[in-house]
Amino acid sequence: MISLAIFGIQNSGVLAITALLTGVALVALAMWIAGLISPRSFNPQKGEAYECGIPTRGESMSQLHVGYYLFAILFLMFDVETVFLLPWAVRMQELGTQGLISIAVFFGVLVLGLVYAWKKGALEWK
Amino acid sequence: MNNLSDTNIFDFSKITGPIHDFLMGFLPSWATVTVECLLIGVGLLLAYALLALFYIYFERKVCAAFQCRLGPNRVGPWGLLQSFADMFKILIKELISLNHTDKFLFALAPYLVIIASMLCFAVLPWGYGLQIINFNIGIFFLVACSSIGVLGILLAGWSSNNKYTLIGALRSGAQMVSYELSIGLCVVTMVCLAGSMNITDIVMAQENTWFILKGHVAAWIAFIIYLIAGTAETNRGPFDLPEAESELTAGYHTEYSGIHFGFFYLAEYLNLFIVAGVATLLFFGGWMPFHITGWDGFNTVMNYIPTPIWFIGKAIALSFVIIWFKWTFPRLRIDQLLTLEWKYLLPINLFNLALMVCIITFGWHF
Repeated sequence: MISLAIFGIQNSGVLAITALLTGVALVALAMWIAGLISPRSFNPQKGEAYECGIPTRGESMSQLHVGYYLFAILFLMFDVETVFLLPWAVRMQELGTQGLISIAVFFGVLVLGLVYAWKKGALEWK
Repeated sequence: MNNLSDTNIFDFSKITGPIHDFLMGFLPSWATVTVECLLIGVGLLLAYALLALFYIYFERKVCAAFQCRLGPNRVGPWGLLQSFADMFKILIKELISLNHTDKFLFALAPYLVIIASMLCFAVLPWGYGLQIINFNIGIFFLVACSSIGVLGILLAGWSSNNKYTLIGALRSGAQMVSYELSIGLCVVTMVCLAGSMNITDIVMAQENTWFILKGHVAAWIAFIIYLIAGTAETNRGPFDLPEAESELTAGYHTEYSGIHFGFFYLAEYLNLFIVAGVATLLFFGGWMPFHITGWDGFNTVMNYIPTPIWFIGKAIALSFVIIWFKWTFPRLRIDQLLTLEWKYLLPINLFNLALMVCIITFGWHF
């Protein structure tokens, strides 16, 4: 590992923060430059929502279709599953039969969950 | 595992090591780390911006070729400077301040989108010793970071206070979280084969055979699912519902103007590269040259091609396929999109994981 770290920096957290700050710097820098050189003009019409030309009717931040949330909840279930599968996947070849059986049970419960959601019609877009 | 066995693959610590020693010669260690982090930051920024600009040019040229046009050909030789010109144009465009937005979230959204793609970009390995963030759980970190992007898109759509942007953002949210499952499961499948989440280890494990050949059937299925899910994850056609211009104007970034919009555009192209890069990493050996066991002469010749060229070459070839999708398939409807993921890709993916486990347990791989 030692030779592999770039510049020999062992603490990957420092590098992750560097990357994060680089992203912030990119946006902040570009916004600053754009603020300096871009023109400014003011007109009350320009502040309006870009929808269809006539004044907007109704609230835009309103209630939403529940279908989107349903898929988000299902996603949560399977994404957590993925997180639990990863450590097993790393050690899969060493864990052998016992690990395989335990993960098969875990897997089976999740597949049951998917089948249940499917039968309940949660996967239909209404 | 982290050692190169008697090959002539270039070790990039031969470049970074002397720089480190040189800086250590006259600076205290904290200042050295600061300077090195600055160097890394500048390098990252340049690579990010140049790659995004190249990708915009590349996509426009490929698109033009598919439509029997010439594409950009006026600015610079073969239109090569077109995207630079576009970048300057977008910088001098007015930033319109809207009077109905949630100002804080509106400004925050591009930061999240750019940070997500920057973190993923920093994880990608470009060569032996040329990788910025090298976590033990590298690939998991990458998947986790890529899902920050959806937050930025949701915030952008919500804070704009516009019906088109809100619908675009919600579609994008539903789409990206759904297809993230497939990406996650494909990653689990390939991690089974690699036996490690460290990105360098994954690349090293492919020294003799790339995983697409080693894992054969299971790897092929995983690769196809990954490519579909990756296309959906980057909101590109045929999965470009969030910004379906014929229905939603421009989707979640309708209200953004000038460079503010440019960030979303930049991140979209970078995400294309990241998806292609991760596919390269998981299936085509990352920066590992093409090796055939036993053909030592051939392998040595292959090793002379620099590793960053291997990596970016494979990534560009895969991005070409993703761009090809866009100009081949018509756009899906939202119900078709969700059906494809939940009723086809997810069950196939679960089955495929079991298949991969069988292949490894019974030693059917090469």
